[in-house]
Amino acid sequence: MKPINKQRLRQKLAAYRRSPLSLLLFLLVSLSALVTVFVLFFLIIYILVNGIPHLTPELFAWEYNSENVSMLPSIINTILMTALSLLIAAPVGIFAAIYLVEYAKRGNKVVKIIRITAETLSGIPSIVYGLFGMLFFVVALGWGNSLLSGAFTLAIMILPLIIRTTEEALKSVPDLYREASFGLGAGRLRTVFCVVLPSAVPGILAGIILAIGRIVGETAALIYTAGTVAKVPENLFSSTRTLSVHMYNLSQEGLYFNQAYATAVVLLLVVIAINSLSGFIAKRIARG
Amino acid sequence: MGSLRNFRLNKETIMQAVFFLAACASILAVGLICVFLFANGLPAIGKIGIFQFLLGKTWQPSNGQYGILPMILGSIYVTAGALIVGVPIGILTAIFMAKFCPKGIYKILKPAVGLLAGIPSVIYGFFGLVLIVPLIRQIFPDSKGTSMLAASLLLGIMVLPTIIEVSESAIRAVPESYYEGGLALGASHERSVFFATVPAAKSGILAGVILGIGRVIGETMAVIMVAGNQPRMPSGLLKGVRTLTANIVMEMGYAADLHRESLIATAVVLFVFILLINLLFSVMKGENKG
Repeated sequence: MKPINKQRLRQKLAAYRRSPLSLLLFLLVSLSALVTVFVLFFLIIYILVNGIPHLTPELFAWEYNSENVSMLPSIINTILMTALSLLIAAPVGIFAAIYLVEYAKRGNKVVKIIRITAETLSGIPSIVYGLFGMLFFVVALGWGNSLLSGAFTLAIMILPLIIRTTEEALKSVPDLYREASFGLGAGRLRTVFCVVLPSAVPGILAGIILAIGRIVGETAALIYTAGTVAKVPENLFSSTRTLSVHMYNLSQEGLYFNQAYATAVVLLLVVIAINSLSGFIAKRIARG
Repeated sequence: MGSLRNFRLNKETIMQAVFFLAACASILAVGLICVFLFANGLPAIGKIGIFQFLLGKTWQPSNGQYGILPMILGSIYVTAGALIVGVPIGILTAIFMAKFCPKGIYKILKPAVGLLAGIPSVIYGFFGLVLIVPLIRQIFPDSKGTSMLAASLLLGIMVLPTIIEVSESAIRAVPESYYEGGLALGASHERSVFFATVPAAKSGILAGVILGIGRVIGETMAVIMVAGNQPRMPSGLLKGVRTLTANIVMEMGYAADLHRESLIATAVVLFVFILLINLLFSVMKGENKG
């Protein structure tokens, strides 16, 4: 977008002298943006500076005990939890988006309900998911505090995110591709899997990476579904503790502040890496 | 040949049914969440009495007193505080990003806002615990530090990305001709933006604020770590408060019987709050489109 009123600096200063209100407004918006950026960088730097000195090898011991407060089991649990949740949510979410974009007819009542419920899901706070997971997966289905209960709870939580990003990715595939595929005699299913999906992969991937970010950072939904045992799980029904829950426990006990700092560093670095990866992929798409 | 075509038709219909079922998963999820929350929470409200539950001023489960008014007020006060901090900064930042920002700075600002949204709430909570809380304790020696003020400041930061993102796209959606019309009438860049473009994006910005309210009310971990969590009527900015979300997490671990059910009922109240806010949000968003 080209500005239609490009001014030189001197012209601008003269204009500000004539209208102090404009200067005030300009200062206000600049200051606010500065505050926003400052808060972010201050938070990151504060945690890195205070946390990195406490990153000791004992924190990465294979077994957790109250002496070394190792975070390695929690890291492994986080990876398992992420993989399992995605395994459940990604196919369902992608298939749902395929239905909404490629199959659903316009003005369909069911589609409307699906959209409303997906929007509702994305607004529900994580503690409500946690409580539902506890009532349904842990108690009603009898899975107990386990990896599986936690993964299913998180899967429901990230479902709307995956549906929305996949939908956007599918919609951005030009209709020309579909028409060409139909013209070559391919059926609808083949068109979806061999033509539309491959060209939508980057967009879908960006959404899944965002979902990973949410899973890694989630605490409230997991405390009462996956539990807080800091051990590598033996099977799907073992209780586990992810890195975020681990960090919450450390900072609540009050004895392990240094270790909590170190855990925060690891968690923060993971989140920054995930965000930049997602942004990088999104930029690749925009460039085409 | 005929049988082959038949087979293909079948595969098509089977997969279409599979896609449709996947799409219905979100309906199933919302249905299950409603059924399980209401079935487990409503009986407790019935037993306690709806007015005693919602308007009762004391929360002492050991004495059979289950009034969640302190927590409802706690949530409302903390949300109001967070909005006082977050809304002005958020909207002004969104205006800066949409209308003032040079391209080079935008390249930093946009991912920064995304990252602000991506940082987990435990890290925010920890940050509040090690920085904001001691700071408040230093400035106001009477206060313990964990307080309504700390929670409001922290949530004010956490709500920024939501407000910024929704407001920015609302401002960008306003036709350029509004801005140009302002300039043509002799207004400066700033005046055109603030008095022509931004008012036209009003309902979109409001939708962002409403979405932000939903985020703040639902926020759990960060609040628990800095708010103090005393289950009594909120009595001042520097005193501790307990929110609805905190009430659930603090006591769910050891609660039993009616106590446990009353905590689920607390979640029901929270859930209804959120549903109302979501409804308001979609109404506002629809208005912006029209």
